[in-house]
Amino acid sequence: MNLYQKRKVPFELFDVNILKANDARLLEISQTMGLALNLNEMKTIKDYFSKLGRNPTDVELQTLGQTWSEHCYHKTFKGTIVTEKGKIESLFKTYIAKVTKELNLSWCISVFEDNAGIIEFDNGYGIAVKVETHNHPSAIEPFGGAATGVGGVIRDVLGVWADPIACMDVLGFGPLDYDYERLPPGVKHPKYIFRGVVAGIGCYGNNMGIPTVNGAIYFDESYTGNVIVYCGCVGLLPLDKFAKNVKPTNIIVLAGGKTGRDGIHGVTFASAELSEKSEEVSRPAVQIANPIEEEKLKRVLIKIRDCGLGSGVTDLGGGGLSSAVGEMAHRFGLGAIVELDKVPLKYSGLAPWEIYISESQERMLLAVSEKNLRQVLAIFAEEDVEATAIGKFTENHQLKLTYQGVKVAQLDIDFMFQPPKIEKKAKHKKPTLSEPSFPEPKNLTTPLQKILSSPNVASKEQVIRTYDHEVKGNTTLKPLQSQHAGPNDAAVIKPLDNSWKGLVISCGMTPAYGKIDSYWMAASAIDEAVRNNIAVGGRRIALLDNFTWGNPEKPERLGALVEACRACYEVAKGLETPFISGKDSLYNESPLGPVTPTLLITAVGIIPDVRKTVSMELKTAGDPVYILGQTGKELGGSEYYRLLGFIGKTVPKVKTNLAKRTFEALTGTIDSGLVRACHDISEGGLAVAAAEMAFSSDFGLELCLKDVPRTNDVGRNDFVLFSESNSRFLVEVSKQHRRRFEELMKNCNYAQIGIVTDDPFLKIYGLNEEKLVSAELAALRKRWQSGLGGA
Amino acid sequence: MKKDEVRVCILRVGGTNCDAETKRAFSDLGVNAEIVHFNQLLKKRNLFDYHGLVFPGGFSYGDYVRAGVIWAKSVAAKIGADLEKFVEKERPILGICNGFQVLIEAGLLPAFDGVSEYPEAALAPNIPPGYNCRWVYLKRENNGKCVFTRNMPKNRVIKIPVAHSEGRFLFPKEKENEYLKRLCDNDQVVFQYCHSDGTLAVGEYPANPNGAFNDIAGICNPQGTVFGLMPHPERAFYGWQLPDWTKKGTVPAFGDGKLIFESVVEYITKKF
Repeated sequence: MNLYQKRKVPFELFDVNILKANDARLLEISQTMGLALNLNEMKTIKDYFSKLGRNPTDVELQTLGQTWSEHCYHKTFKGTIVTEKGKIESLFKTYIAKVTKELNLSWCISVFEDNAGIIEFDNGYGIAVKVETHNHPSAIEPFGGAATGVGGVIRDVLGVWADPIACMDVLGFGPLDYDYERLPPGVKHPKYIFRGVVAGIGCYGNNMGIPTVNGAIYFDESYTGNVIVYCGCVGLLPLDKFAKNVKPTNIIVLAGGKTGRDGIHGVTFASAELSEKSEEVSRPAVQIANPIEEEKLKRVLIKIRDCGLGSGVTDLGGGGLSSAVGEMAHRFGLGAIVELDKVPLKYSGLAPWEIYISESQERMLLAVSEKNLRQVLAIFAEEDVEATAIGKFTENHQLKLTYQGVKVAQLDIDFMFQPPKIEKKAKHKKPTLSEPSFPEPKNLTTPLQKILSSPNVASKEQVIRTYDHEVKGNTTLKPLQSQHAGPNDAAVIKPLDNSWKGLVISCGMTPAYGKIDSYWMAASAIDEAVRNNIAVGGRRIALLDNFTWGNPEKPERLGALVEACRACYEVAKGLETPFISGKDSLYNESPLGPVTPTLLITAVGIIPDVRKTVSMELKTAGDPVYILGQTGKELGGSEYYRLLGFIGKTVPKVKTNLAKRTFEALTGTIDSGLVRACHDISEGGLAVAAAEMAFSSDFGLELCLKDVPRTNDVGRNDFVLFSESNSRFLVEVSKQHRRRFEELMKNCNYAQIGIVTDDPFLKIYGLNEEKLVSAELAALRKRWQSGLGGA
Repeated sequence: MKKDEVRVCILRVGGTNCDAETKRAFSDLGVNAEIVHFNQLLKKRNLFDYHGLVFPGGFSYGDYVRAGVIWAKSVAAKIGADLEKFVEKERPILGICNGFQVLIEAGLLPAFDGVSEYPEAALAPNIPPGYNCRWVYLKRENNGKCVFTRNMPKNRVIKIPVAHSEGRFLFPKEKENEYLKRLCDNDQVVFQYCHSDGTLAVGEYPANPNGAFNDIAGICNPQGTVFGLMPHPERAFYGWQLPDWTKKGTVPAFGDGKLIFESVVEYITKKF
């Protein structure tokens, strides 16, 4: 049987004979055409066309393949999950969106419904935020993958009419010293990927003039075969200019770069595991970046927004035109007609289906009323940006595509957006782990030095300097603090010239705990992101969730995902921090296995007056230093255990009521101007936080562990020093305000444990006041700065 | 003329990206600053409506080929004659970062014998290589000719950020000494990279962040009216932009970058 019947037209168009295809043939079609649809989905398509009494064209099948891909439709998060404890209808609604719905906060303006989440800022302005993953493309082509990841998330922000003002990038790599001999075929060396990804991110943000202000880099064995690249962007928009009101007869304008064969099947590629053949098969799925094109596009879009000439806008990302046109029509209850031969091409010879699903970069789609069209096209021309009317929106709910006058596709929009629900099985399985038993080392200076130079804790200065974090001149708290380039907990931006209000951007990610317990991994990521924000003076915090997970077809992977989602609901609800946007990247598996369950939480807060911002380095000799929060024997997944070769079993928990109390009290003391320096306690525990605060300044620090508030099971100096218990801070309080500080903290766990000195040393005394650590700050700083080894 | 009569043109093309904050710096001083697309300027041909001209930072036309060169060639071809006249009339021109690269490539700097057809110097890829975003110290060297630094005393040390990958000031090897002498004799060296105490970096990284010859960070033309520098004064205009303002109890109102803008605005108001 001939499955593909070429149409007698002067271009490439096939009818696909699915009406006569049996199950095996249906799967063969899905496979051959790169649709990545399963049998049930193929059968649904067959039924649809049986009713129409005709076979689909290749354009129609490809359109459905894109629209129904995991990447575009998030089948796992929207589908049914069968667990041992019963069915969950949509992880997204049950856990993530539920937080926001129940908190019902007036400052959440648009959540989960657009390209980016929007929250209120100041003076009629809103803040749009989006974070995306670009893992798969970056594994194949690190520079292009990372650069287009940044470009894509910036377009998401442009897609809600916002002006991008800052970027954030969180990365995960395999160990940079990974043995070449151990690399399986098709997997590139972490060092190669690291260099490419960092260069790609810098290239895009720098060239577009958007400061990269926040981020993190993690190293983990499990990221060797599957690099993690999270790209985030924050934008600013006048809320009264937020035009999303697409009407029938509105013209569809495609603007920006030309369309080529780069980025064909990017979304289906992203919805499958990486294999030895990925490079060969999926290289065309990685797009080519041209940041200057996007910079120009940005200027035009902002101008069109300010002139009120557009009725709708969206970006072209995964799925290209097929997603952008379909989603916009669907959202406004419309249909659309597109003339594919009007799309400007990089070179001739593209088949209609390729034009429709290509993911070529730097393209945006606008809906413009007929009367505004000329003016809109003129603004594009002024800025040297190509823009073309390629079709229009219609009243009926039909998608109609033509090429050279020939109809190449006609689909019901409603059908396109009602893919068969997926049901997946989840099984929760806790790994069998044990708590290590070992004697307490006498000398704790050496482990501290080693942890400071371990890749996850060490300074990321060499990377951060390659990103322009100052452009636009609004970064008031920078990623690198002062002359010793201390690691600030969050970035603060002052986006409006006539307001002192600041935007506080931070993140949290705790992949090491993911190996032990995905629930507490997610809980810890939320706590870390929020406390980083609080530490510099942020509040009214909104969250973004970005999962990077293994193959959800495997029940135990999905079981861990369910647990993490449950934590998202419980912890975010407890801290009263709503989710406003998120994205999942599943199928992150390679011949080396799955990635460690990873959740990036991005936190976006505000500070009423940026002049009250607190940085992390010590400020004045003689000031008392306090620890806030409770230290527990929670060293599972800690840097200390890792150093000793253990994983452990007990990961840090989050007690949301205690955490919230500490956070609110700390915010009060910052607002009252009592806090001179504050640093969150995370990887490496109290010891690392103390060392960082000291060597980022010109002062010394003396601490005694005796009074550290702790649970009864913590009886050892090394545990107090290196436990990574959540919701803790180390705070320098100005000497004259000591009493007021203690008064404001009285309902929280806190204790004064040290004093800022003039002596450039870090000295730590133990539970019995014995000397544990004594190290020269310059030496500690050097250790910390050399951790990435000039990679 | 009065401040509010002063008109400054901040020119841009695709890839320029420091125009808004540069405009803000001028606007804050009470002069009229306008961001003008190069295409717009060509259509209107109104360069002489402005008393000052700025080539801001960014990646003009993507900096493909070599940083600043495409815009420089385009400038030379399309408004070269007007620009020479602009310089003759002693109307000031400022090039920041990518703008400095454009001025060098267009022969507007160092311009020993007037605007040169070919570049006489280069802003080469950094040593150590790569993009570098950091705060540095500059020492004001000029004896007073440069109209952009008159409001700061000689030897004054200022703190300012750089962010570039091609900022290593260079002369042709065989003319290095001759050109340096001319630069010094003409009082064209405006800023040199130095340590916080004012001692010159002498090539030492990171005080000299790009390996620039003789620690040169910014130069002017022999008349002192055309000035280019790699660091970004518009990012050191306000106190809250400084990297260490949180150290102090209060935020200083302004940073050192303001002095550069103030100097040129004062020059314009006195001269015209």
